[in-house]
Amino acid sequence: MSLAAPIISPARSGGSGETLIGKSVPRLEDDALLRGQGRYVDDIHLPGMLQAAFVRSPHAHAAIRRIDASAALAMPGVRAVYTSEDFSPHLVTDRLVVGLPSSHYKQDHHRQVLAADETVHVGEPVAIVLADSRYLAEDAAMMVEVEFDPLPAVSDCRAALAREAPLVHRESPHNLLAEFDMTYGDTARVFAEAKHVFRESFWQHRGGSHSIECRGCVARHDAMEDRTTLWTSTQMPHAAMRVICEILGLHERQIRVVMPDVGGGFGPKLVTYPEEVCVTLAARLCGHPVKWIEDRREHFIATTQERDQYWETEIAVDDEGHVLGIRGDIVHDHGAYTARGINLAHNSAENVPLGYEVPNYAMHVKVVLTNKVPVTPVRGAGHPQGTFVMERLLDRVARELGLDRAEVRRRNMIAADRMPYRTQLKARGGQWVTLDSGDFPGCMAEALERADWAGFPARQAKALAEGRYLGIGVANFVKGTGRGPFESVTVRIGPSGKVQVLAGAAAIGQGTRTMLSQVVAEQLGRDLSNITVTTGDTDATVMGLGASNSRQTVVAGSSAHVAAQTVRAKVLKVAATLLKAAEAELEIVGAEVLVNGQPARRIALGSIARALAGTAGYTLPGGVAPGLEATEQVIIDDMAFSNGTAVVELEVDAETGGVHFHRLVFVHDAGRMLNPMIVDGQLAGGIAHGIGNALFEWMGYDENAQPVTTNLGEYLLVTSTEMPRMELFHRETPTPINPLGVKGVGECGVIPMTPAIMSALEDALSPFDVRINQTPISPAQLYALIAANAKP
Amino acid sequence: MDASTDNTTRRRIALTVNGRTVEAEVEVRHTLADFLRHQLELTGTHLGCEHGVCGACTVLVDGRSTRGCLMLAVQANGCTVTTVEGLAAADGTLHPLQQAFKDHHGLQCGFCTPGMLTTLVELLADNPQPDEHEVRVAISGNLCRCTGYQAIVDATLAAARAMQAPGAAQRPVEAPVLPAARAAR
Repeated sequence: MSLAAPIISPARSGGSGETLIGKSVPRLEDDALLRGQGRYVDDIHLPGMLQAAFVRSPHAHAAIRRIDASAALAMPGVRAVYTSEDFSPHLVTDRLVVGLPSSHYKQDHHRQVLAADETVHVGEPVAIVLADSRYLAEDAAMMVEVEFDPLPAVSDCRAALAREAPLVHRESPHNLLAEFDMTYGDTARVFAEAKHVFRESFWQHRGGSHSIECRGCVARHDAMEDRTTLWTSTQMPHAAMRVICEILGLHERQIRVVMPDVGGGFGPKLVTYPEEVCVTLAARLCGHPVKWIEDRREHFIATTQERDQYWETEIAVDDEGHVLGIRGDIVHDHGAYTARGINLAHNSAENVPLGYEVPNYAMHVKVVLTNKVPVTPVRGAGHPQGTFVMERLLDRVARELGLDRAEVRRRNMIAADRMPYRTQLKARGGQWVTLDSGDFPGCMAEALERADWAGFPARQAKALAEGRYLGIGVANFVKGTGRGPFESVTVRIGPSGKVQVLAGAAAIGQGTRTMLSQVVAEQLGRDLSNITVTTGDTDATVMGLGASNSRQTVVAGSSAHVAAQTVRAKVLKVAATLLKAAEAELEIVGAEVLVNGQPARRIALGSIARALAGTAGYTLPGGVAPGLEATEQVIIDDMAFSNGTAVVELEVDAETGGVHFHRLVFVHDAGRMLNPMIVDGQLAGGIAHGIGNALFEWMGYDENAQPVTTNLGEYLLVTSTEMPRMELFHRETPTPINPLGVKGVGECGVIPMTPAIMSALEDALSPFDVRINQTPISPAQLYALIAANAKP
Repeated sequence: MDASTDNTTRRRIALTVNGRTVEAEVEVRHTLADFLRHQLELTGTHLGCEHGVCGACTVLVDGRSTRGCLMLAVQANGCTVTTVEGLAAADGTLHPLQQAFKDHHGLQCGFCTPGMLTTLVELLADNPQPDEHEVRVAISGNLCRCTGYQAIVDATLAAARAMQAPGAAQRPVEAPVLPAARAAR
């Protein structure tokens, strides 16, 4: 266990009593949610509100000849139908231009607000219907006649690269959206000279995030103020506000975006969607508030997805299994539009060598259009694919050289004494990727010890003698978290004495409000009940980046910490003046400042705030600036790298292909933990998602890019009976790159699960010489592999 | 029955919801979940899939866990319905399951939570001392994307212990299961 000196020491923090940092305090969010008093977007009821339903393309690729809404409009209770033609006079641009910058794009394909002449994936919105109830809106949506002229579609991203492939967009020159290399060293030389070169192909399939709450939004236009408020189930309200302003040609005071409680995000809700623009504009045009709530089928065909990649790779090693180089090609399925950028393919290529000494590396990446739902981050965001490939390659090396799989890893891992370790990789913003801290070999060693890796061969042999197939697998990962450059946090104390925290961070169920409360209360009285937190409101915080990249504790936590320290310093300075005491004698206790040992001498935080609000004609106490608040945007450009190791022990039923977990040990290092209970929860959810990616979640499309899994009966999420008991262990190596020493954790659980499980499955089925280089793998597929190799 | 009501599209129903007698006119095609959420404004019952898989909309109908999205409001005529809003005691004290969820981090985003709670109220009424596997089977029809289920299982086992402890308050929430009454309906 790493026991570096704490970055926050009690002596440097404020308040009385015990520190709140590192304590599993109960979440502030829970009480309302447990009572059914959460306020999610579908819980918003406004007078006169109309309900929206979208008419969507049933074709993966089609020309739109004509739209006739007359039958729909004639239905009772139907108030409006808007098409692209109706909206276009009100739009500065009819495209959502949101792609992250890159020099690697070969063509731009931005989503349409509503499809005009061409639709390029099933589910693309074509028209919006407003009615008195959702039932009526959905009835009417079916009555909007759209004359489509189907065009050839392309489903497989490899096929899309063929010269004769149908074009995803009929006007495009080809289907290659972007192409780039991630290269360092001299791979050509090392591969020419290496004693051992092994080649592997991998396929990793796409899935969805499937937050249990689908997307949805409510817009209300205030004609008096010419201002529209959009409540939306998003991870990035500030981005939504900017996109909507740009498209509608409005200034920033004319759109307010607010996140209500959000029933899970997991990536796709970081995207601003056409539906949010449509609902906002519809509310402005029709004069009524408008609500749209996505149903699950829409979530399958219109909410972004991720992970389809095909890899052709080679690894060069010496006789001892030391990696000399890795090279290969990635074909990344981008879907039909750029709804985020080419960051996923970048993350995947960057992630491969991250935890290991890989002296030479060359990955050629093609980002390819298909007639499918756009691809944007899903929990893990490209990193799981890179980790899968690296870990599977190391397993191959171990098998070929007759080495233990953990030993091959140990020989190649970056040693703890090499931190900070500057890699030869560049992040998407161009800065060098530097691993800030961590003890990767120590983490793996702990996981192996806890899982009794050394004792497994005996367990396996015993089981095999009984005709049972046990396997064990290990996988390591390193994940950049806390992507900057900043998050904005204001800490303010008003005359009420309540400490208000206003953050650009976005709360989507991860306990963000509790985290911010702990950080701020630590400096300002250590009374969590005296803290109020507002997140996800563009009126409360001018700037904000929101929830993505496992970033909030790192960037928002750091800004909250520094802002609270600034307010604390001011509190103490003014209190010293008002109490005629030295600052060193003062202590903030709850909502008051006390002079040490003299409880009679005290002043309320609210009184200090009132004094700093100013009284006409009187000077401010303490010679300070007015007001008791601070806004901070702590700039953190580098990532804080979390790491971990998963060990999975499982059993395969060779007669059915069924998989049963025996143990799942997960050792993780997210730096200093602010709330271990919440860290456990974040890891556990990620692990479950990773198990789903390995064994259950398959987003099917036929050869014409028609989705074939559009409900939760066909697309399987892992359930309670399939989940093993997770054994979670933490190591805390504080990062030096932020003042709290914290690293992110939201995506970490998912990352090593697919390679650990596939490694264990291959191990279990070693008598059948089964090889698994894909995700997911179903029982039927496993059974087929077993049957194909079963000795007669 | 109101004579002016068009019986083919709207009907009057009377039921008990969270101990309160409710009489309302409903559209015959409206689901129980939509009726609870939008007509009674009991928005604690959530809709996650509207096709009966995710379990978020689970409520208790005559003590039995029921998908609010797969039952029509008119079918609840004469029934006793308990939603998540009806679980806490009248004085606001959380139900032991709610308290255990809070203590054991059994919820994150909170969207599946109402369905989990109602499902587990039924479990503990039927089986006051379940083992881990029985808890997992009970919630195997409720999807959660946040927790990996483990904290929910742990919370349930803790709640069961708390409810068995000497002096534990008797909870009236679990409407007794009356097979005879159900059969008669």
